[in-house]
Amino acid sequence: MSTRLAVLAPSQAHPTRAALFVANDERMHWHDKALWFVRQKRDKAAASVPEWERLRELASQIKTHTLIHLPEYLEAFEAKARALGAEVHWAKDAAEHNAIVLGILEAASAKRVVKSKSMLTEECHLNPFLEQRGYEVVDTDLGERIVQFRNEAPSHIVLPAIHIRKEEVGDTFHEHLGTEAGASDPQYLTEAARGHLRAKFMEADVGITGVNFAIAETGGFVVCTNEGNADLGTALPKIHIACMGIEKLLPRTRDLAVFLRLLARSATGQPITTYSSHFFGPRPQGKLHIILLDNGRSAISQSPEFKSSLHCIRCGACMNTCPVYRRSGGHSYGTTVPGPIGSILAPARDPQAYQSLPYACSLCGSCTDVCPVKINLHEQLLLMRHEVTRQGFLPRLKQLSMTLAGFVFQRPRLYAFLGAMGRGFARLLPTRWVNNRLNGWGRQRDLPPLPAKSFRALYRNRKPPR
Amino acid sequence: MRVGLFIPCYVDQLYPDVALATLEVLESVGCEVEYPEAQTCCGQPMANTGCFAEAVPLARRFVATFAGFEYVVAPSGSCVAMVRSHYAELLHDDPSYKSLAPRVLDLSEFLVDVIGVEKLPVRPFAYRVGLHQSCHGLRELRIGRSSERMLENFNKTRRVLERMTGIEFTQLSRPDECCGFGGTFAVAEEAISCAMGNDRIADHEQAQSQVMTAGDMSCLMHLEGLIRRQKKPIAVLHVAQILAGRVPEIANV
Repeated sequence: MSTRLAVLAPSQAHPTRAALFVANDERMHWHDKALWFVRQKRDKAAASVPEWERLRELASQIKTHTLIHLPEYLEAFEAKARALGAEVHWAKDAAEHNAIVLGILEAASAKRVVKSKSMLTEECHLNPFLEQRGYEVVDTDLGERIVQFRNEAPSHIVLPAIHIRKEEVGDTFHEHLGTEAGASDPQYLTEAARGHLRAKFMEADVGITGVNFAIAETGGFVVCTNEGNADLGTALPKIHIACMGIEKLLPRTRDLAVFLRLLARSATGQPITTYSSHFFGPRPQGKLHIILLDNGRSAISQSPEFKSSLHCIRCGACMNTCPVYRRSGGHSYGTTVPGPIGSILAPARDPQAYQSLPYACSLCGSCTDVCPVKINLHEQLLLMRHEVTRQGFLPRLKQLSMTLAGFVFQRPRLYAFLGAMGRGFARLLPTRWVNNRLNGWGRQRDLPPLPAKSFRALYRNRKPPR
Repeated sequence: MRVGLFIPCYVDQLYPDVALATLEVLESVGCEVEYPEAQTCCGQPMANTGCFAEAVPLARRFVATFAGFEYVVAPSGSCVAMVRSHYAELLHDDPSYKSLAPRVLDLSEFLVDVIGVEKLPVRPFAYRVGLHQSCHGLRELRIGRSSERMLENFNKTRRVLERMTGIEFTQLSRPDECCGFGGTFAVAEEAISCAMGNDRIADHEQAQSQVMTAGDMSCLMHLEGLIRRQKKPIAVLHVAQILAGRVPEIANV
């Protein structure tokens, strides 16, 4: 995706792709409704917990505390995990992360890898890295397997194939799994995938998983799935590699009582994920590697404005509620994590490449209110616009128009004069001249009938001068 | 009570009747209202584009213009949110700003929290009204409860409108989804902006709203622009216009 992003003019990146998604009105509305349905399920699930808002506040405080003490908690986690028999690796960036995985595979003469869902390995582009070196990597989450067959990136962090319709899944499975042509029955297709994946699980040498929560006091960690694929993927192969961002840490096991209640309700409206699997060291005769990845997280944790973006538990609720995401699709963002949170994380690392993302937002604030860990997402998106501008990546025309407007607004008489001129001039022109194709406002929208006088002019006439 | 009337720049230039209606409503509840002509724009377009440097002098001008008033009232949750919530990022601890900020209110919250709704004159408004929840009033000023938050339900804009006799609120399937205006977003992301607006309008159509209203004319300017282009039979009025007794132009009802 990043290569495609580079081809588009920076200011056009999101708007251009979004317009393509909107152009297929039927698909756009279907996508919007599917995700709104998930948002409504979330509302029902959240409403069923009387202390919901208190849980959000607690989660926010626990994450704030953990980030402040992150170095100590990471060291505690490492020591405990080692004591349990795990090997702990530290990776400063994606390249180091992938090299560590490769090293483990080479040392074990492994060839086949099964992977449960991990946005972190997506972030590191681990699949292409391993495939180029001759390894077979099979994503075992159903949605991830679908996008993998189609050679696409996930468009959503919880629902990776939400942009694909069941008929299209049928075509993909017909091509790759030999299902009947034209078959689109979800149960039939799921059973085909299940049979196919079962064989992959049996053959695999290594299972890779992500990590939802790691616990500093025990050295254990939790992986949440709905399909049980992380469990099968770690129970069959002898080697388990768990890849986690350093921000996934929680101090105590009891903190899970807050986060597990929030996660699934916010993500899909379920009371809890079907499988919340706890791992404590390697299984007998097995090996467990834990890779702790930084990849820019330390830098973000030092930023007063953006550090709380690291509180994110990857529930996807901000995507489901975002009116822009629902109508532009995850791929319009060109990032591993799309939507509101992705529009902070990506430009925080590279403000030039992702400068259009903080502007792919109407600042409605729904993401902030839905976020289970109370990240002030829309406020950070606004601050990120400032950051983009401060670093000089705002497109010139936008900057110029704002400088000009700022100049006029500092001069009330000039402002009043130009306002009257503008209205007077526009009133003389035929409507179709005003609403031409070059006018971004007027392509689909009429201007209001322009009044002869501004309010300030009416006000002056209304009251006799004192 | 001496009230400074804060009129958003685009309302001053494009919707003078909304400003007049606000003035009339404030006077009808006994306020002594003044419109200082030194005001222009609160700086939100610049700030929301990330151009804080261009917004700072406008924030200073706003504070200097309105510092002497007991209250500052605007027919816009969005512009009030800019002043009350976001000037802090521009002016930081400036003492005259800090003393002014809590006294800058949107019309609905001023009427509910300071004046008391019972002071509002009772007027007839026998229409099916779709109340659009403007985001900044809802989620920045907390004029009402947003649907995401699991708190007791309340809505100050609805409370002031409930003073109108015969008013019937329509049931929207998405009670507080954004209309898609979003300032420069409306042009920069034109496709998404209009798609969002059209979906809001469709919701009001299925709910059979005769009149669409909101606390922010910017949302309504965008929605009305789409409605006019498509010649849909929905009238658009700002909350202040309804309170001031304006009559909607309704075709074929």
